[in-house]
Amino acid sequence: MREISKKTRKQRFDRWVTEGNVQFWLIMAIPFIWLIVFAYLPMGGLALAFKEYSPRAGIFNSPDVGFKWFVRFLGGPYSKDIILNTVRLGVYSLLVGFPLPIILAICLNEVSHVRFKKSVQMVTYAPYFISMVVMVGMMMRIFDLRSGVINRIITLFGGRPINFFGESGVFPHLYVWSGVWQGTGYSSIIYISALAGVSPELKEAAEVDGATRLQKIWHIDLPGISPTVVMMLIFNVGQMLNIGFEKAYLMGNPSNRRTAEIISTYLYEVGIKSGNYSYATAVGLFNSLISLALFLLVNKVSKKLADESVF
Amino acid sequence: MERKRLFYKHQPFSEKFFIVFIYALLALFALLVLLPLLHVLAASLSDPQKVIEGNVFVFPKNPTFKGYKTVFEYDRIMTGFKNSIIYTLLGTLINIIVTLLAAFPLSRKEFRARRWLNKLFMLTVIFNGGMVPSFLLVSQLGMRNTIWAMVIPGALSVWNMMIARSYMSNSIPDELYEAAIVDGCKPFRYFVSIAVPLSKPVIAVLVLYYGVGHWNSYFNALLYLSRSAMHPLQIALRELLIINTVDPTLVTNVQAAAEKQGLVDLLKYSTIVVSSLPVLIIYPFVQKYFVSGVMLGSVKG
Repeated sequence: MREISKKTRKQRFDRWVTEGNVQFWLIMAIPFIWLIVFAYLPMGGLALAFKEYSPRAGIFNSPDVGFKWFVRFLGGPYSKDIILNTVRLGVYSLLVGFPLPIILAICLNEVSHVRFKKSVQMVTYAPYFISMVVMVGMMMRIFDLRSGVINRIITLFGGRPINFFGESGVFPHLYVWSGVWQGTGYSSIIYISALAGVSPELKEAAEVDGATRLQKIWHIDLPGISPTVVMMLIFNVGQMLNIGFEKAYLMGNPSNRRTAEIISTYLYEVGIKSGNYSYATAVGLFNSLISLALFLLVNKVSKKLADESVF
Repeated sequence: MERKRLFYKHQPFSEKFFIVFIYALLALFALLVLLPLLHVLAASLSDPQKVIEGNVFVFPKNPTFKGYKTVFEYDRIMTGFKNSIIYTLLGTLINIIVTLLAAFPLSRKEFRARRWLNKLFMLTVIFNGGMVPSFLLVSQLGMRNTIWAMVIPGALSVWNMMIARSYMSNSIPDELYEAAIVDGCKPFRYFVSIAVPLSKPVIAVLVLYYGVGHWNSYFNALLYLSRSAMHPLQIALRELLIINTVDPTLVTNVQAAAEKQGLVDLLKYSTIVVSSLPVLIIYPFVQKYFVSGVMLGSVKG
């Protein structure tokens, strides 16, 4: 009995070797080590959220404090505003930013003039390549209170100039619609490629039956790309509250802070700048866990309703 | 073709109206995207006085290259340019090597560990340690204020790795691998002499994505580089465009305060154009790779 199992184990090992697994692992070694060090070690560092960090003791030997930091954040004076701001930007971005690329893709798909189509694509993809710093810099010039061209146009039509970057009420609109300007073209590409896969026979058949363009879009194109739409929706909802630090931080200033301060910018201020590492880690973990829950929830719902899921 | 054209001719008015509406909508959107870009370009070439009055729309007024001349005299921007080029070249090279090294084994079904390794990579997309633990890690590794902080922590993007992996498993025929192995070729040799050369299209996509990412990023530098001599372009741009700090020696020869402010405003517009130029110049040439990248990435697998 033991002999046989030994033999088969040896045989299995030999096969493992001849299939090239040793070499695969050697090739994989660098990315694997990188993954462990730069992706999984920081996850271990999340233990900091439950500790009172002391540089001398190091992350893992610092004293435990339980849920102190979570309690402090959720009970703190700013937490309600910060969470609300994050949710507002996330939901607003999703509501506006999610459907527009689909509409753009569908419109482009109806265009038969190749040069027109290519030109529109070329122009609308371009802003994606502009860095966030330059984008926000451009906005600050264009929407400037005194020399900005938008206020110039407003006054030309007899309106009163608006202090776009100085009013907290304007910030969410500025944030979301500049995102539309920068990202709609790029985000439409995935739907354009999905639309290219919709069966032309179906459309021809519908044409013969006298379907209008709108009917073809509604009954053929949309169902055809729905798997892609659902997949993107899952990702977008999952990322909804993981609002990137870069743009909000660049656009924020003391006078619009009331709506511009979101979880990630708050993290940077209290964590990196002020050095409250434990507290900031707890806030970050709180945000990540909510995002993760949201992701799993949407994934599950869409699995039930549409039989589509990422996992 | 003839039949089709005839068909369109007999379409009802509502159909014709619908297609005209779509063309108009698209043209309007493209125009809305284009106008801010044209405005910035026009302002960068205009007389500072006209810029400060807000009288430049999409055509330059009293064209001058004053702004551009100032940009190239501005040391902070030029140092940033140089640093950004170095970080982008080195960073992209490391990205490509690490990404391909990960993508190849994960694309081979003979690799026993590939299922759980895939999951290990994927998991980091939906959950990660976040800003502070990563910051502490990089600090403890002694990478702060070194070039390594700019290129090592982001050495691999899982999303790009998945693009490369699905390209390798879908676009390189499986028979090639089997034949090579039968002829005594080992996986490493196959990777170097067959898989990598055949992956040129996807490598072009990766170079583009990673390269633009490095050129445009400022967050890593904000976290890890405190020495201004090491700052990349985006940090210098942030100081000028967002925080509005300008080296005072740059405009000393200008007397009047209004003129000074005009020149500073002009400098901002010119800097925006100059800093975006490298990317926008290569953009038309690489656009097709850019699009094919998204399509490669959309292949589930």
